[in-house]
Amino acid sequence: MADARREWAVNAVLAALLLAVPVAALWLDEPFYITLAARVAILALAGVGLNLALGLGGMVSFGHAAFFGVGGYVAGIMASHAFSGQPMVFGLQGSNQMLVIWAVAMAITGVMAAGIGALSLRTSGVYFIMITLAFAQMVYFFALGWPAYGGDDGLPIFLRNQFPGLNTAQIWDLFLLCYGVLLVVLGLFAMLQHSRFGVALQAIRQNPTRAAAVGISPFGVRLVAFVLSGMITGLAGAMMADLTRFVSPSMLAWQMSGELIVIIILGGVGRLFGPVAGAGILVAFEVFFGGLTQHWQLWLGLVLLAVVLFARGGLIGLIAGPARHV
Amino acid sequence: MSEAVLELEGVSKNFGALKATDGVSLTLRRGEIHALIGPNGAGKSTLMGLIGGALRPDAGRVRLDGVDITRLDMAARARAGLGRSFQISSLIPAYTVRGNVLLALQARAGHVFRFVRPVARDRELGAQAARVLDRVGLSDRAAVPAAQLSHGERRMLEIAIAIAMEPRVFLLDEPMAGMGTEGARSLMRFLDGLRREAPILLVEHDMDAVFTLADRISVLTYGRLIATGTVAEIRADPAVRAAYLGEDQP
Ligand SMILES: Nc1ncnc2c1ncn2[C@@H]1O[C@H](COP(=O)(O)OP(=O)(O)OP(=O)(O)O)[C@@H](O)[C@H]1O
Ligand SMILES: [Mg+2]
Repeated sequence: MADARREWAVNAVLAALLLAVPVAALWLDEPFYITLAARVAILALAGVGLNLALGLGGMVSFGHAAFFGVGGYVAGIMASHAFSGQPMVFGLQGSNQMLVIWAVAMAITGVMAAGIGALSLRTSGVYFIMITLAFAQMVYFFALGWPAYGGDDGLPIFLRNQFPGLNTAQIWDLFLLCYGVLLVVLGLFAMLQHSRFGVALQAIRQNPTRAAAVGISPFGVRLVAFVLSGMITGLAGAMMADLTRFVSPSMLAWQMSGELIVIIILGGVGRLFGPVAGAGILVAFEVFFGGLTQHWQLWLGLVLLAVVLFARGGLIGLIAGPARHV
Repeated sequence: MSEAVLELEGVSKNFGALKATDGVSLTLRRGEIHALIGPNGAGKSTLMGLIGGALRPDAGRVRLDGVDITRLDMAARARAGLGRSFQISSLIPAYTVRGNVLLALQARAGHVFRFVRPVARDRELGAQAARVLDRVGLSDRAAVPAAQLSHGERRMLEIAIAIAMEPRVFLLDEPMAGMGTEGARSLMRFLDGLRREAPILLVEHDMDAVFTLADRISVLTYGRLIATGTVAEIRADPAVRAAYLGEDQP
């Protein structure tokens, strides 16, 4: 029980911290840190998506960059058509409304995840890791060789897309939006985690034979989780495109998939706020150690190694102890 | 009384050149405990797997209440009414005793794709779980993760999960294995009553238990059924004595 309360406390501190940093930056007129906080929120959101598949479902996807990047490209492509006024495929118009873009990004990444999941989930273990990587690489090379949308140069978003009631050109407004979406999705994740679906999913991760023996088909539950996972990461991709106002194939690269896995491991696999902690650590490393040395990724690698060897539950596990279940 | 709930017809399974199950036909009748005995490696667990759906038969049919379930996978067979326990305990290690039972209960209720209401606050499932745990004597261990249970408690939790499923047929693979005399005795008394809820196909090595509990016994050697009959018939069967009882009895 004490551990449960401690996890709540850690979560509250992380949520407060992610808000306090940009508030302070706003006061001190340091917009750079607001941008950073928005970046943490978006990476955390992408991580929440992966955490659903990897943390709750035990599906080690090494291809979530595909969903992140496609989400980004949906935002970039729709914005560029809205800007130029030229219709997209089938005479459909572009849009500069985030709500529309998000819906399209989630629909497309959801369909993608259904296809990739349906094929990949026939395998497991290392094969699952490799096949998800292979699908992501296919998407990556497709984007690289698609000159209409920038090819390997990427695609700029000249005017940031809009959200009702906010001035998204202002970084503070954009941060609040990212932060709000992150909190909403975290709430949905927590709900899912404790629902019948979540209980079944986490049981399947631990012992699929037992789940089947009581009448729960592992495949269907995993597939639904994988689709939801892809959609959340796709949404994060669309938001990242708007934050950086730029989309490039690097969003689809395997390094991106790896980064998302690193976020989950650092923060705590399967923990509600694991991705928030992990994204915070990753971005902090990038900024502080990236400024000191070119080899910050080496140091991050060492930290990662230490976590895997000595603190399997990541930061959340370290502070709040092992996860508790029904 | 003699109505067959579960029916096997010429069920066979090969592992390479090994005929692990060789044309087995048997029935499980309403209200009975049907014991399946045989030496180590005779194919008892393989046969349980073929019935439960963990393995697909190469030939033959499995029928439950007259419905052919041969083509169904494990989860579908469980939903059709097969409740099984495993020879080697197969639990959800991080879930509590109660959580393991809740999983079976929510599967039985038939709604896996429910995303909103927390399972832990579902009063109805909770009350059902409490009843099941009370029956098997695990109430005071309800909040303990399955991974921390003793061997005997694990065996009882396997039974609790099977009960929670309210199956039409129990498939129990050596439920008493390694339990110690005390635990084994109370489990025997429990199974004795359980047959009234649904018939039990029971794999068991302990001959005392088998002769006490079973209404009928089938003897398996090298994947083949060499005899089926009442306790008296099996005790008297010369082929059985030669093949099995003779060498296994002290
Ligand atoms: N998946 C498998 N692949 C290959 N051979 C197998 C497999 N499963 C079981 N066998 C073999 O089939 C035979 C029957 O095994 P099974 O486990 O069904 O025996 P059993 O009667 O349950 O034995 P025990 O009393 O030791 O539990 C054994 O020779 C075993 O080695
Ligand atoms: Mg066996």
